[in-house]
Amino acid sequence: MRKLFLLLILVGLFVPVAVIAQDDAEVEPWVCPEGFEGQTLSVYNWSTYIAEDTVPNFEELCGVSVNYDIFDSGETMLARIRQGNPGFDIVIPSGSTIAIMIREELLVPLDKDLIPNIANLEPSLMDASYDPGNLYSLPYQWGTIGIGYSTEAFPDGITTWEELWDYDGSVAWLDDRRAMFGVALTILGYDANTSNPDEISEARDYLIERGANVVTVAADDGQELLARGDVDATIEYSGDIFAIADECECDSYAYVIPEEGTNIWTDNMAIPVDAPNAELAMVFMDYVLHPQVGADISNYTAYASPNLAAIELGLIDADYLEDPAIYPSAETAENLFEITESDADTEQAYNDAWDELLIFLGG
Amino acid sequence: MNWFKSQDGRGFLLALPAIFWLGVFFILPLFTIVVISFMSRGAGGVAELPYTLAHYDRTFGVFSVILIRSIRIASITTIVCLFIGYPLAFFISTRKNRNFQNLCLFFIILPFWTNFLVRTYAWRILLGDAGTINAILLSWGWIEEPLRLLNTEFAVLVGLIYGFFPFMVLPIYASIERFDFKFVDAAHDLGANDWTTFWRVVFPMTLPGVLAGSALVFIPSVGAFITPDLLGGTRGLMIGNLISRQFGGSGNMPLGSALSVVMMAVVLLTLLVYVRFGINREGDD
Amino acid sequence: MAADAKVKNHVQDIYVDENAVRRDMLLRRIGKIGLYFNPIFAYFFLWSPILVLVIFSFNRSRSVSTFTGFTLRWYNNIFNGVMGTEVGFSTQNMLLALRNSMIVSFSATIIATIIGTMIAMSLSRSNFPGKRILDAVLFLPVVIPEITQGISLAIFFNVLFGWWQSLTGQRIFPGFHTIIIAHVAFNISYVAIVVRARMANMNPRFEEAARDLGANEWQTFRYVTFPLILPGVVAGGLLAFTLSLDDFVVTFFNSGVGTTTLPVFVYGLLKLSITPEINAISTILMVISTVLIGISMLLQGRTALR
Repeated sequence: MRKLFLLLILVGLFVPVAVIAQDDAEVEPWVCPEGFEGQTLSVYNWSTYIAEDTVPNFEELCGVSVNYDIFDSGETMLARIRQGNPGFDIVIPSGSTIAIMIREELLVPLDKDLIPNIANLEPSLMDASYDPGNLYSLPYQWGTIGIGYSTEAFPDGITTWEELWDYDGSVAWLDDRRAMFGVALTILGYDANTSNPDEISEARDYLIERGANVVTVAADDGQELLARGDVDATIEYSGDIFAIADECECDSYAYVIPEEGTNIWTDNMAIPVDAPNAELAMVFMDYVLHPQVGADISNYTAYASPNLAAIELGLIDADYLEDPAIYPSAETAENLFEITESDADTEQAYNDAWDELLIFLGG
Repeated sequence: MNWFKSQDGRGFLLALPAIFWLGVFFILPLFTIVVISFMSRGAGGVAELPYTLAHYDRTFGVFSVILIRSIRIASITTIVCLFIGYPLAFFISTRKNRNFQNLCLFFIILPFWTNFLVRTYAWRILLGDAGTINAILLSWGWIEEPLRLLNTEFAVLVGLIYGFFPFMVLPIYASIERFDFKFVDAAHDLGANDWTTFWRVVFPMTLPGVLAGSALVFIPSVGAFITPDLLGGTRGLMIGNLISRQFGGSGNMPLGSALSVVMMAVVLLTLLVYVRFGINREGDD
Repeated sequence: MAADAKVKNHVQDIYVDENAVRRDMLLRRIGKIGLYFNPIFAYFFLWSPILVLVIFSFNRSRSVSTFTGFTLRWYNNIFNGVMGTEVGFSTQNMLLALRNSMIVSFSATIIATIIGTMIAMSLSRSNFPGKRILDAVLFLPVVIPEITQGISLAIFFNVLFGWWQSLTGQRIFPGFHTIIIAHVAFNISYVAIVVRARMANMNPRFEEAARDLGANEWQTFRYVTFPLILPGVVAGGLLAFTLSLDDFVVTFFNSGVGTTTLPVFVYGLLKLSITPEINAISTILMVISTVLIGISMLLQGRTALR
């Protein structure tokens, strides 16, 4: 939590610098190390979480081919790696999942000599509790979970979870169990990362009771449901909502960080055990951490960038940097919680509670 | 070893590759999940000892809601398919013109050459809040507010009926095809009206087709996964979705196995009923 | 003469309940109307989703509720390689998925057709202990839900590869081999059922005659049995190919990295990137599969005639 504050303050400090530096920013293009031609890299990433040309450019620069596969929830990715890595070289889990994967020996340590661009990363996001010393992972993007809504259905906007629970219309939730339970636990006055089964049950019942208007628990595609008009509001990751707002070039969609508090997360690049080509994976990480490449990704996905160099060089869209829904103000940040590692029993308790919630939700 | 040179022995050798393939890649995996369903859940959802009945407890406990819903949805699907399918099959098989009959059948099968996913997706377009059906009803002034059709049990029903309809029509068609309409004349001559004739003569004699069709619709409906996934939302969740979740996000392989085993039992039970009643009747003919 | 009069008298004696007749005629009329109304409804039900999909693939706006004007924009996008917002879903990747589907379907069809024909011949021509059980087992893949098949096999491979790794230290990744094995496992049954049906209609005298005329086992098969069952084999193979090409559930659980087949690709598209291009892609896929199956039906028809 303290780290986040530092980060937010830092970001605040650099915004003006960014604006000033924008004009004469000239970044050396990234150069691929020799010797990878003809090899293959397999990336397993969240859906809608990379710029359009990131992968094609990498393929061209290194003369390699990339298998790019996507997942829709951290748990799905984790389950797939647990069942035996089917051949991925890079996965992008959130912090708490990184901790689980380290504990279960599902990640391989990084060779930082291959990743000089580590120097570009925001220091306050490094050395996090889930991976001390960044032995296994490096930050990719960060952001929040909040409510994306249609301004037509909510002309006066929406500011709290309470308003979403009470809304009389179709709503979609997000299939991110820990974040959803974290919200309920926070509202109930408990620790968002509690391992007390009674509190988890209480949170489950709270959510079931408040979820009468839920038509679907979306797997990271809530923004599409919102864009099609299937739902009037959806719980989603911040960037996904900005993406549809950008795409339609309209004011029909808005994103809010609810007042009661919500989940703030950092996603990290890591190499799963039995990766066929770990070396190329680290080269790819270095590529992603290049200021221009990193900025392109954040400008496309509308998530917050951990790439301090990109921010300093003014490569990130000023609109995004100044948007408190993307880079939350210190005031908002007070109510944000991170999901921390849980032991196996607690993880199972959350999983069981989530299954039970799905059975009774909306019915 | 001379047996292998006999007709039967050579026949057995011919069957060996299939026995091997089905034994190793079909029976053995099914056996594996039966065993796993009785094992404990270890860290990360893998199976470990000791053996336990806990997953069956949960299956028939909190998951029974979804189990019952799945059986209900599959039953309604079967009944509706029968109600629409039987008259249609009757209509087609009683056309005098053979080419017209074939054309009718062709137009039933044609939509089903399209990928199942695409066909199911089409219903999302029709049923959505901002979808075609709601747009038409709104423009006609029949409704004020869009009806909630998508992400309901109703949407799953429609999707399943649509998905498995031909499996009902074709066996019934085959049955009526073979039915000798002289029996109808005989019944009329004996003073039965159309109603009685149908229920006492035609229907019983085409029952094998009805039962075959019902089994062919019911079985895949119980285990449906794509249709509730694309159309059902939270309200149309079925057992297939929960099974797949146990191997994905919820990470509980033994529970997923137990749910699969129970579903398999439901299917085999259905088959048993079909074999008991369906095949016997065919024998009586 | 006398007998005739007697009959006549008898006929006159029959009491006719006019109400009952009227009721029965009404019943018949209702039945007739229902019989003609039902196909209209049924065909409308079967075809409307497809028509809507095709129509809206030409719609100028993204909406699927009102048709605002004709456009080929979405088709153009696809041919220019764009498919909405998700990077993984490019036309190039779709063609790759199509290629993967072809590799899987062809391999699985060839293996399943050979093995399935063999067991069909075995079951219809010979008798050995356990044949009845085998008969029953052969039907199981047709009736066991796909999701159970897919998942049980995935777990099985998982356990198997785990053992292999602990034995040799080598890791086997799932890929084409696991998908093909899975497809063959369910396709053997379909092929066998179709070929058996054909064999059941075949007169065994032909084979006897060939043997009486001095043909050996192989010659009998090559020149008599095989040509006779060929239409069945072709039909079985085509069925296997169609099922394999269309399969999503079993493939989904048994695929590795870089072996995405067309249905798995389409599923990802439908789940994660619902854009108007999907309507266009669906229409294209529909046209392709209709043409493909039309051709195969023609071929099948020809072989059947021979």
